[in-house]
Amino acid sequence: MEQQRSTSESSQSPRSPPSQRHLSVSVSDPVKLGNGVQGYISYRVITKTNFPEYQGSEKIVIRRYSDFVWLRDRLFDKYNGIFVPPLPEKSAVEKFRFSAEFIEIRRQALDVFVNRIASHNELQQSEDFRTFLQADEESMERLRSQETGIFKKKPADLMLMFKDVQSKVSDVVLGKEKPLEESNPEYEKLKHYVFELENHLTEAQKHAYYLLKRHRELGQSLSGIGKAAKLLGACEGQALGKAFDELGAKSETLSIKLQKEAHQLLMNLEEPVKDYVRAVQSIKVTIGERANAFRHQCELAETMKLKEINLDKLMLTRSDRVGEAEQEYKELKAESEEVTRRFETIVRRMNEEIVRFQEQKTQDMRIAFHEFAKGQARLAKSIADAWRSLLPKLEVCSDTS
Amino acid sequence: MMGSENPGFEESHLFASREEMENLVLDDPLTTTTTTATNNNNSYSSFRSAKSSISDAATRHPLSPPVLSTPAESDPLLSPPVFRNPNASDNNSYIEPPSYADVIFSPFDDNSANEINRVDSSSHDLDSSLTLSRSSSSTSDYIKITVSNPKKEQETTNSLVPGGNTYYTYLITTRTNIADFGSSEFSVRRRFRDVVTLSDRLAESYRGYFIPPRPDKNVVESQVMQKQEFVEHRRVALEKYLRRLAEHPVIRQSDELKVFLQVEGRLPLSMSTDVASRMLDGAVKLPKQLFGESTAVVAPHEVVQPAKGGRDLLRLFKELRQSVANDWGGSKPPVVEEDKVFLEKKEWIHDLEQQISNASQQAESLVKAQQDMGETMGELGLAFIKLIKFENEEAMYNSQRVRAADMKCLATAAVKASRFYRELNAQTVKHLDTLHEYLGLMLAVHGAFSDRSSALLTVQTLLSELSTLHARAEKLEAASSKIFGGDKSRIHKIEELKETIRVTEDAKNVAIREYERIKENNKCELERLDKERRVDFLNMLKGFVVNQVGYAEKISDVWAKVAEETSGYAKDSC
Repeated sequence: MEQQRSTSESSQSPRSPPSQRHLSVSVSDPVKLGNGVQGYISYRVITKTNFPEYQGSEKIVIRRYSDFVWLRDRLFDKYNGIFVPPLPEKSAVEKFRFSAEFIEIRRQALDVFVNRIASHNELQQSEDFRTFLQADEESMERLRSQETGIFKKKPADLMLMFKDVQSKVSDVVLGKEKPLEESNPEYEKLKHYVFELENHLTEAQKHAYYLLKRHRELGQSLSGIGKAAKLLGACEGQALGKAFDELGAKSETLSIKLQKEAHQLLMNLEEPVKDYVRAVQSIKVTIGERANAFRHQCELAETMKLKEINLDKLMLTRSDRVGEAEQEYKELKAESEEVTRRFETIVRRMNEEIVRFQEQKTQDMRIAFHEFAKGQARLAKSIADAWRSLLPKLEVCSDTS
Repeated sequence: MMGSENPGFEESHLFASREEMENLVLDDPLTTTTTTATNNNNSYSSFRSAKSSISDAATRHPLSPPVLSTPAESDPLLSPPVFRNPNASDNNSYIEPPSYADVIFSPFDDNSANEINRVDSSSHDLDSSLTLSRSSSSTSDYIKITVSNPKKEQETTNSLVPGGNTYYTYLITTRTNIADFGSSEFSVRRRFRDVVTLSDRLAESYRGYFIPPRPDKNVVESQVMQKQEFVEHRRVALEKYLRRLAEHPVIRQSDELKVFLQVEGRLPLSMSTDVASRMLDGAVKLPKQLFGESTAVVAPHEVVQPAKGGRDLLRLFKELRQSVANDWGGSKPPVVEEDKVFLEKKEWIHDLEQQISNASQQAESLVKAQQDMGETMGELGLAFIKLIKFENEEAMYNSQRVRAADMKCLATAAVKASRFYRELNAQTVKHLDTLHEYLGLMLAVHGAFSDRSSALLTVQTLLSELSTLHARAEKLEAASSKIFGGDKSRIHKIEELKETIRVTEDAKNVAIREYERIKENNKCELERLDKERRVDFLNMLKGFVVNQVGYAEKISDVWAKVAEETSGYAKDSC
């Protein structure tokens, strides 16, 4: 996943001459802090940049997982329509175990997270991002405890939101019409695609995980065979005994190789697929936001219509409530325009984002597949080499027996 | 239908159209092969069931080559297996693992094992340089036995139940060039009961030899398993058993085997088999023996059989008493197992058996792990294939199509690798089955050792008996000499006693000869076991390793190709 880190060259900055701006971020050096239930991991976040908005060209801060969550939530709130990069899962259980593997995977995922933000044209300019990268630890803690973003919503609400979107998808498929729904066939197609994609990817992720397990199991069985062969060799003695002993030793060596590869698989295949799933889930949240915005817009439009009719009525009857009503109407209109703008921004952004997302994912997957294939090829080759080196020794044994 | 296209599978570009992709999904052996494999045995606890289900599944699968399913059609001496020189210094040498066709010719295949049994040493050299010749004989004798065609038959006599008892018979076909058989090809129909008889008769006649153990009666399984499955299971077991018998240098020449293979009709029961009559005779004899009416003496000809098989309950009691005296009595028995070499060997064999058993268990774990790896790899491939279809169907952007192409690379490779793992495993099962075979042989070894100890017990008992008889005779003579003029009844008793002693002496001599004979058999068999085991195990190791190398190389190539095709950031498809 190292390849995911990027030094972004912003070519669309409205403020500075292009090809000069750069922003590079890294997340490293996880350190366990605290005890037991209160325990957590802190990470070092290093920023190197020449963006004028930043204080200085290099900054190092210490952040913890919940800080990253805060950042994500803020970006979601502020940048409706943009697919905010996903975070690794909270995982209440694994936290207690804090295995080295878990920590490293999380660190990598967080590193990818900040790098994606840094290389996104709009997100990289976020003030919250700057805060995240530069604020001292105390300020960060204060901000963190204040957050009430979309993800702080109760899980039930979140589910409702998803259910809404999902049922609307199926309704359209069934040909029913719902009043407060965009009648945009392309968008419907996109929604359907997103939901289906998540299912497929989850399936792939499951098998990637099992594949990892199989590597471990094969490694274990080779270790078992190795020990048994050595014992048998000790019993047999002479040339044959030596042959068994050599086989046993080889087996044990290969067992270790397989265990190592299992770990690689975690990084090279399972994590990337998991990351893909998370990204899709993040899109689903955006879809929910869009639905909300649309509904809001429609409701306001309805309300405005009613108010307009009312206003006309009042004007006809020359009521003294006209002024009040006019004022209300003006406010409503402003709000409606605001909401409409928001909705349109979401639509515009989503259109851009989806293209970017597809391209990004193609690249991510290609890299993942490449690493995975390389790893498998390397493993198989070293297995072949190891066994092959045994053959001349077996020949010798048979010559002397 | 994709047909037998395994070579074709080496090529890529399979998914030119969505139909072909769908065919791949439908044809995927995962759904057919693995379900049959797992249905056949829910646990991988038995090597044999794993082996049979894998090879069964392989033969039933449409994509597997037909060669595996009809071994009788292949001529094993035609062409040798293709093994390139593994000692090539070139690190990238690609060792062709046994291809499907070669499996038939491989010495590990039990079809050909008998074929190459007594093969001409010159033709054997044509074989892979890797496999050692087991046979030192330069003759080209062979006996090939096939068991087939199970048929259900009705019991015609003694049917207490209307409709009668049914049983299965199996067609046993033998092809041989050994002159003693009189013919070069012949068949008989036999039922399992006949096999039990054969086995019992061989046990009687060949004491001290490592006689391959016969298949179990499986009384429970025969009720519980599906009839078809059970019959097939038994057919396979019978074939294996008869082939092992034919491999044994001494037993293959036995009359018992010849009669079994050639002579139609019920096999005459051996003396010791008929339990009911044995017990009846024994029960009738005992009171007579005790009251002195029938002879209480073991006849010489009976001595060559162990007491427990015989009709002589009295003899049984005597030997039992002797064995208790051996174990618990203060004095040393008259003759003991003195052969230190043998005793050491016996201990060593016990240890060997432990180690082989342990190795066999680990081998089972390995087989399971390889099987699982193949399955999971295939499932991963399938999951990606579904993704590919999905992306292509719903593609709105070119990047999706590119990604689908990348996934196709991966999925194809995963499915190929999955196939390779499963082939690798089928071969592994065959190779490591040697361990299982030797465990079975250990049973035969125990049998031979117990022949020896029961023969020894007979000798010990007779010697004790003799010394008792002699003591009694002395006492009688001393007593009768005190009576002037002689004691008519006592003199008569002394005469009888002297007769008994003579007979017992004869029996003792026969028993000793028998014991020595069995000892000699043990010795020869142990030597044979050592020689053959070394060769068999070494071949097993070589075969196992070559197999691993071959498939690892194939799998590595498959993935290397994917790595290559996904190396650029240029948007090529593979």
